Amino acid sequence: MSDIATRPAPNLLASPLVKTGLILAAIVAVLAVGIRLDSSNTLYAIFVDPFQQMVQAPDLLVQTVWEGLVSGVLYALIALGFVLIFKASGVFNFAQGIMVVFAALTLVGLYEKGVPAFLAVVITLGVMFALAVTIERVVLRPLVNQPDIILFMATFGITYFLIGFGEALFGGNPKQMIAEQLYLPKGAIDLQILGGLVSLQKIDIAAALIASLMIAALAAFFQYTRIGRALRAVADSHKAALSVGISLNQIWVIVWFTAGIVALITGIMWGARSDVSFALEIVALKALPVLILGGFTSIPGAIVGGLIIGIGEKLGEFYWGPLIGGGIESWLAYFIALGFLLFRPQGLFGDKIIERI
Amino acid sequence: MKTSNLLKGAALGALFAAGALAPAMAQDSVYFANNAYRTGPFSGSGIPIGDGMRDYITMINERDGGVNGVKVIYEECETGYDTKKSIECYEQAKSKNTIVYSPWSTGATLAAIPRAHVDKIPILSMAYGLSSSADGTNFPWVFIPPFTYWDGASVMVKHMAAELGGMDKLKGKKLGLIHLDAPFGKEPIPVLENLAKKYGFELKLYPVAAADMQNQGSLWLSIRRDRPDFLYNQGWGAMNPTAVKEAAKNNFPMNKLVGVWWAGGDDDARAGGEQAKGYKSLSWTLAGTDAPAMQDILKHVVDKGKSTTPKEKVGEALYNRGVYNAMLVVEGIRNAQKLTGKKVINAEDMRRGLESLNLTEARLKEIGLGGFVTPTTISCTDHSGHSKMFVSEWDGTKWTKKGDWVEPMKDEVRPLIESNAKDYVEKAGNWPKRTESCEKSS
Repeated sequence: MSDIATRPAPNLLASPLVKTGLILAAIVAVLAVGIRLDSSNTLYAIFVDPFQQMVQAPDLLVQTVWEGLVSGVLYALIALGFVLIFKASGVFNFAQGIMVVFAALTLVGLYEKGVPAFLAVVITLGVMFALAVTIERVVLRPLVNQPDIILFMATFGITYFLIGFGEALFGGNPKQMIAEQLYLPKGAIDLQILGGLVSLQKIDIAAALIASLMIAALAAFFQYTRIGRALRAVADSHKAALSVGISLNQIWVIVWFTAGIVALITGIMWGARSDVSFALEIVALKALPVLILGGFTSIPGAIVGGLIIGIGEKLGEFYWGPLIGGGIESWLAYFIALGFLLFRPQGLFGDKIIERI
Repeated sequence: MKTSNLLKGAALGALFAAGALAPAMAQDSVYFANNAYRTGPFSGSGIPIGDGMRDYITMINERDGGVNGVKVIYEECETGYDTKKSIECYEQAKSKNTIVYSPWSTGATLAAIPRAHVDKIPILSMAYGLSSSADGTNFPWVFIPPFTYWDGASVMVKHMAAELGGMDKLKGKKLGLIHLDAPFGKEPIPVLENLAKKYGFELKLYPVAAADMQNQGSLWLSIRRDRPDFLYNQGWGAMNPTAVKEAAKNNFPMNKLVGVWWAGGDDDARAGGEQAKGYKSLSWTLAGTDAPAMQDILKHVVDKGKSTTPKEKVGEALYNRGVYNAMLVVEGIRNAQKLTGKKVINAEDMRRGLESLNLTEARLKEIGLGGFVTPTTISCTDHSGHSKMFVSEWDGTKWTKKGDWVEPMKDEVRPLIESNAKDYVEKAGNWPKRTESCEKSS
């Protein structure tokens, strides 16, 4: 008797089977209504026409997937910057976007002052390191063991400081990325395949390669080195990590510096695709749905999430966007992420956090 | 010790007060508030415009000692192209008794229009803002010279027809509109839709969300699929250099890509490098510093170190638009002074001055801009002028005028303006009825 009384009511919604069933039912309902409303056009346009297009023009499909892949890798790289800092300090680093701008502006600004391109890269890395140390000293150290929301708000502060500081130093004028001086390739490789032309921009290939290498290196660094282990300890608990002699300050400098490197590479790659201006800050926020999807704490999550969002949003925009007037990319990413969340609330690879009351 | 500190403080205070009052007492002046965005994602377009405006006003103050001896106090309010901030700027401008409000974004203009009709402050939205505000009967306080986005869209269609060999050749062609997904970007759609119906061409829309300004990959794939014959780019800020780069990347013929005047900045085209050659944009101000007024700016402002503009940027396309806007303000003041007989005018006088502004070729010549900008006439009912514009082309280093001055399709645009103005007024509810009397054109 008592056993039954204490047993919690089964949460039906938690079962994936029930969820799938519900969603299928919803789709069927929408379909049924759709068929009633108009028997051919809408449904055809949603469920048949895009796939016909894919079959009829496979070259465009390949091109779309390629574009999605490149953006996906770049999103993954940005997301990685967030994940590292989230793991180490438990905050969503709102300043990541402006760090991208700041790093790119420093690089281009130095070059304009006459510093050779590669030396400028080295100095920019130095600047990002100095920034990491400063942030650790001035912002994070006084806030150890404070609630996460305080640290989160502090990153807003960093953002506004860097916007003002960057504008004071470099002005608001857009600048050209020094892609050529850094020996980034120009032009495109045109492939005649599948009865059409698929054009792969060399800069995109380079971006995908560099970003992949970077991601692999970071993943290995944090998985297999002592610092990586220390980082994971810090992620679990600041206090526990301190008690076993891990230097919180050192870890923080390392992750913020790494985030700075990621920011610089992101800045170079996106800067080369358009120009270096404060608008780049917005690009970094593209990582938000990636993080929701992949989980804030997982490096593989950032990678897989980036690819899913990148390819998903490009395919969605290209094949289904015209149905509702286009320009759906910016919210489609969140839509995809939410779809996944329905099944895995902690994100694809996120840690399941169970808090007992 | 304490008293001496107090004394020192008082003395210092008095000194500051005197310093603040001194210029106001020394000379008559009028105050002009201008929204600027030298920061944020749109600063690339905002900086040259602000520079051009400031330099022209400084030149008038330096060379002539102001407008008929009245100095124009020019002050910028930084909006970062954020409509919320622009409302703060509006309130600030109002409290300082600005003679005219210069919103510098379509969103800011839309927010200010209802307020300005109550506060009785003229809005000067030069070639941007609400197209239907060109109807002076319903919008006595808004001015949109020398033309509206709707005029621009009609010239784009004319240009397309000219390239194809006649209006009858438009049938079955495709025109794509890449536009910022914001009030500014959506402005030309109604006119283009009407013209598409009338001439039998197809209109394809390619909206770009502000967050994806620099991420236009899939949009250009759609363009590749749809193969539009011409593209009209209603873009702003970082969206433009990205579009030019993407066009080059996707092998879209550059001479078929035409930007609205705001997509015709030097930095916009420069981003595309060698491949951007042939990119076009509508315009009404010639680039360069050949005009006598521009020479005066160089002589009285830039060479004397009174400008923040690097010398090589003086005369760029957007800079010269800023000059034109400042010129409208100065000529508006001059006209108001003539009408009222006052030297120091207020906002209501300025409205009268703008409403009967007649910038003929001869008048433009007198102020050193003859042949370099479009003449325009504003009247009581027509607050825009629907003036001529031209197509300019990027030659790899600078913008050059291509072809003749083209008249917008006024017979297409005007009825739409009047019917939309009526809609606006009806929707607004108790919109104040025009009570201001009309001037005779000067």
